[in-house]
Amino acid sequence: MSVRSIVPFGPQHPVLPEPIHLDLVLEDEKVVEAVPSIGFVHRGLEKLVEKKDYQQYVYVAERICGICSFMHGMGYCEAVEHVMNVEIPPRAKYLRTIWCEMSRIHSHLLWLGLLADAFGFESLFMQSWRLREKILDMFEVSTGGRVIFSVNMIGGQRRDMDAQMLSMFSKVLDDMERELREISKTFLNDYAVQSRLKDVGFLTKEQAHELGAVGPFMRASGIALDSRKLGYAAYPDIDFEPITSQVGDSYARCDVRIREIFQSFDIIRQAIAKIPEGEVAVPVKGMPSGEHFMRVEQPRGEAIYYVKGNGTKFLDRVRVRTPTFANLPGMLETLKGCQLADVPILILTIDPCISCTER
Amino acid sequence: MKISKSPWIIHYDGSSCNGCDIEVLDSLMPKYDLERFGVVNTGNPKHADIFLVTGGINAQNKPVVQQIYSQMPFPKVVVAVGICACNGGIFKECYNILGGVDKAIPVDIYVPGCAARPEAIIDGVMKAVALLDKKREEMKKEAKEN
Ligand code: SF4
Repeated sequence: MSVRSIVPFGPQHPVLPEPIHLDLVLEDEKVVEAVPSIGFVHRGLEKLVEKKDYQQYVYVAERICGICSFMHGMGYCEAVEHVMNVEIPPRAKYLRTIWCEMSRIHSHLLWLGLLADAFGFESLFMQSWRLREKILDMFEVSTGGRVIFSVNMIGGQRRDMDAQMLSMFSKVLDDMERELREISKTFLNDYAVQSRLKDVGFLTKEQAHELGAVGPFMRASGIALDSRKLGYAAYPDIDFEPITSQVGDSYARCDVRIREIFQSFDIIRQAIAKIPEGEVAVPVKGMPSGEHFMRVEQPRGEAIYYVKGNGTKFLDRVRVRTPTFANLPGMLETLKGCQLADVPILILTIDPCISCTER
Repeated sequence: MKISKSPWIIHYDGSSCNGCDIEVLDSLMPKYDLERFGVVNTGNPKHADIFLVTGGINAQNKPVVQQIYSQMPFPKVVVAVGICACNGGIFKECYNILGGVDKAIPVDIYVPGCAARPEAIIDGVMKAVALLDKKREEMKKEAKEN
C-alpha cells in the first residue's frame, strides 16, 4: 500500500528565484495534490495609490515586477490615458510597441535560461542569458536603465529613439536571431532535453479554457488568443498571428515561447520600418475621472489594469490582475499525478512571476 | 586585492520587484561573471558565506530570512541589494513593508540602486569578501585567547 506524505517545497528553493511555497501531497513518488501558500512578496502596492498621485504612481506600477516593468508601466498609463481621453502621438505608440517586444524577448530568454537550469543544462542556461544581455544593452542605450526604465508617462514617452539607434537595433536583432536559431536547436532537438519535457504536464484545451489559463501556457494547449490583437499601442498596424501548439505538454510550451521570440523580432522589424516621425508625448491637463479596464498581453499572458479616478489627483482604485495569478489553477492541475522530480520543471513551465502576483 | 577563500553566496528574494533579483543572477552570468572570483551560488544556507537579500521585509518573509541567516555558519556577511532592501525604498509607505533587511537581521553591506546595477552588486560582494576575511581573522584571534 502506498503511503501518503507531505513534502514542503519552498519558499527558498534552488530552482526558484522567487519565493512560493507548495505543500506537495505525495503517494510514494507521485504527486496527488499541491497546495500553494503565497504572500511572501506581498507589499500592498495597490493601496499605495492613496499616497502617490496618478503621475507618481507610474513609477510604482513599473515596480510591480521588474521583468515586465515596461509593460506594467505602459498598461497603467494606457488605462489612465483612456480615462482622461488622451490620445498619444503615433510615434509614441510605435515606441511602446518596440519596447514591449524587447521586454518579451528578454523575458522569454530569461525563462529559457531558468528552464535549462531546472533540468540541469548549465551551459544552455548561460547561453540564453548571454543572449539576453544584448537586449538589456539595447534597453540601456534607449532608456538608460537595464531593468527599470521609467520611460512611460501619462501622455506618451519620455525618450525617443533616433534613426541611428533604430538601425543599430535591427542589426543587433539580426545577430540575435542567428544565435537564437543555434540555441533553439538544442532546446527543441536535444535528446536529453526532450526526455525531460515531452509528455509531462499535459493541459488539454478544455482544461486550459475552464481554468482560465492565459498567455503561452494557454496557447500551447491550442487556444489562439492574444490580447495584442485587441489593438493597443501600434499593434493594429502590425501583421502577426497568435502562436499556438496543439500538444499541451511542457515541450509545447517551450516551443511556443521560442517561436514567440522569433515573432517578436519580426514585430520589432515591422515597427522600425513603419515608425512615423513626430512628437513622442502630448501635454496632459486635468484630473482623471471615470474608470477603465485595460488588457495588455505580457510575456506571461494577459494582464488587466483597472483604474478608477474621482476627479482629484489621487486615484480611487487601481487593480491589477496578473497573468501568473490566472495560470496558478492550471499549474496545480498539471502537478496532479506528476513525479516529484518533475515538479520544478512544471512550476517553471507557466513562467511564474510571484512578485507581480502578490504585489 | 587578495582573496583567500572562494566565498559561496546564497540569495533570497524578500519582497523585491524582481528587478534586483534578476540583476543578482545576471551578475553571475557570462557578461559580468562574478564566478571568476570563485563565487558560487548555492541554494543551501549551510554552504553559504555571503547572504544576498533583495527586497524589503514583510511579516511573512521575516521568519524565513531569519531562519536562513541562523542556518549559515560563522563567519557570515549579509549584503542588502537594492534600495528596498536597504530601507524599503519606493515601497516604504506600503502597509505590508516593515522596512529594510536590517529590520530582521544585521546587515553588513548596503548596495544602493533601483535596480542595483551588476557592477554595484559585484562591488558589494567583493567588499563582503574582504569583510569575511576580517571576520575570520577575528574569530581565530578569539579562539586563541580562549
Ligand atoms: S530596489 Fe528597485 S529594482 Fe530593486 S527590488 Fe526594489 S523596487 Fe525593484
